[in-house]
Amino acid sequence: MSDLGYDAAHMLGAVVLLMSFALLYQRRLFSLLNVFTMQALALTATAAWQAYSHGEPHLYITALLTLVLKAILIPVALHRIVVKMKIHRTIEPALGIGLTMVAGVSLVTLSILLVLPVTADATALTRENLALSLSVVLLGLLMMISRRNAVSQVVGFMSIENGLILAAVGVAGMPLVVEMSVAFSVMVAFIIFGIFLFHIRERFDTLDMQKIESFRGESD
Amino acid sequence: MTLLLATLHQILQMLLVLTLAPLLTGWVRLVKARLVGRRGPSVLQPYRDLLRLLRKEVVLARNASWLFRSVPYMMFTAIWLAAGLVPVFTTQLALAPTADLIALIALLGSARFFLALAGMDTGTSFGGIGSSREMMIAALAEPAMLMIVFSVAILVRSTSLAEIADFMMSGAVGLRISLALALIALVMVAIAENARIPIDNPATHLELTMVHEAMVLEYSGRHLALVEAASMLKLLLYMALIACVFAPWGMATAGSGVAAALGGMVVFVAKLAVGGTLLALFETSIAKMRVFRVGEFLGGALLLSLLGAIFLYVSRGV
Repeated sequence: MSDLGYDAAHMLGAVVLLMSFALLYQRRLFSLLNVFTMQALALTATAAWQAYSHGEPHLYITALLTLVLKAILIPVALHRIVVKMKIHRTIEPALGIGLTMVAGVSLVTLSILLVLPVTADATALTRENLALSLSVVLLGLLMMISRRNAVSQVVGFMSIENGLILAAVGVAGMPLVVEMSVAFSVMVAFIIFGIFLFHIRERFDTLDMQKIESFRGESD
Repeated sequence: MTLLLATLHQILQMLLVLTLAPLLTGWVRLVKARLVGRRGPSVLQPYRDLLRLLRKEVVLARNASWLFRSVPYMMFTAIWLAAGLVPVFTTQLALAPTADLIALIALLGSARFFLALAGMDTGTSFGGIGSSREMMIAALAEPAMLMIVFSVAILVRSTSLAEIADFMMSGAVGLRISLALALIALVMVAIAENARIPIDNPATHLELTMVHEAMVLEYSGRHLALVEAASMLKLLLYMALIACVFAPWGMATAGSGVAAALGGMVVFVAKLAVGGTLLALFETSIAKMRVFRVGEFLGGALLLSLLGAIFLYVSRGV
């Protein structure tokens, strides 16, 4: 009844989701970046496992891209940004951590409820994979709205993209071109974010988004 | 014959958990001491401590009621019985039909309830703080524990520990998201329940943040010995529970002989050694949490177990 291909894919997907929750739970920027790295590593393992078990060699490229970009390049770059800009290392969530976690679990429930009727005739693996990746995407969005610091918002954005890749490797037949372009557009987005962060910092002397809102005339 | 053997197993198990519990605590302390570069006391030190406490006279506060005096016995009995219910080396136990996970939680809950009452009984402020904090932890840990039980029970279709262990050993269930989430949540609950480091420091008597030690501050002599023995048994119980549900391999099953039961005991001791080492490693690598963050920690455990139960409905095979 239990077959290894299904079980391993299932567990690796769950680890990616669990790392999304760990991201929501973190209070320090550096541990946030470490958890993000771990999520990327889990995603790499998922892609590599799918490539191996389904015999689709192009997924190895996805795995390699994820490893190099998400697990090495982006965390190192964010790490350097944090050190260079001397950002305050603790995160002040706009929403309490407990409340964010509750919201997170409700989002996961929502995505399961959403995926179940849509994929009534799909296999268990596809259904589960879609539910997991939709949850990761929603948790990334939650991360972006529940944090004030720009760096953690960037991490939230990157974890949304992790969720998209998780969906892409799970569903058979996604062309490589699409994955490549997603990966590179995220890379470009990251570079823009980096430049943006430096400019915000230069202009307003802070990366706290709440303080910046007053400059837009939203809160006076 | 089967009944006789089961009774024999049951008696053996009760004695085994009682003799091994101080050894486990001693082992965890020794590994922790070695990890921070001390030589540390011998693993037999907890036995000596308990013997010393048993020989000492009891000093009671003037206003201590009968409750204060009877709580150590009630608590010790409840936890010893609970530890006897978890199958450790064989699933063929006389109490196996009653060894229900929910009964186990009820036993632990009543032990905690009496200890919290005793903490407030003498009217010292420390005892009151300890009791109120213990109740705060319990209010979050128990729902999490129940959610874990529910997700395992939905998967196995039984809350009997012996049946769960048999089911897990049969290999009918592979890796499951729900089980992984339940395991993490159970480890978090176990850490909180046993007053281990991120929640409480088991090695302190002089800290404003202590929980368990604050409640038992007024106990002395044989009462203290019983309370300490009960908390050692509780640590063993949680390790045995995790081993029984998530790694039951090596346990003797129905129809196997004496050799299998002996083998089960050896495997159980090995599991405890591994569990104790992991616990010591975890405790030395992490700092104690502020009391106000305990809610977040246990809330996390509750949510993870809830997620585990939710995921049962998307996964295959339910």
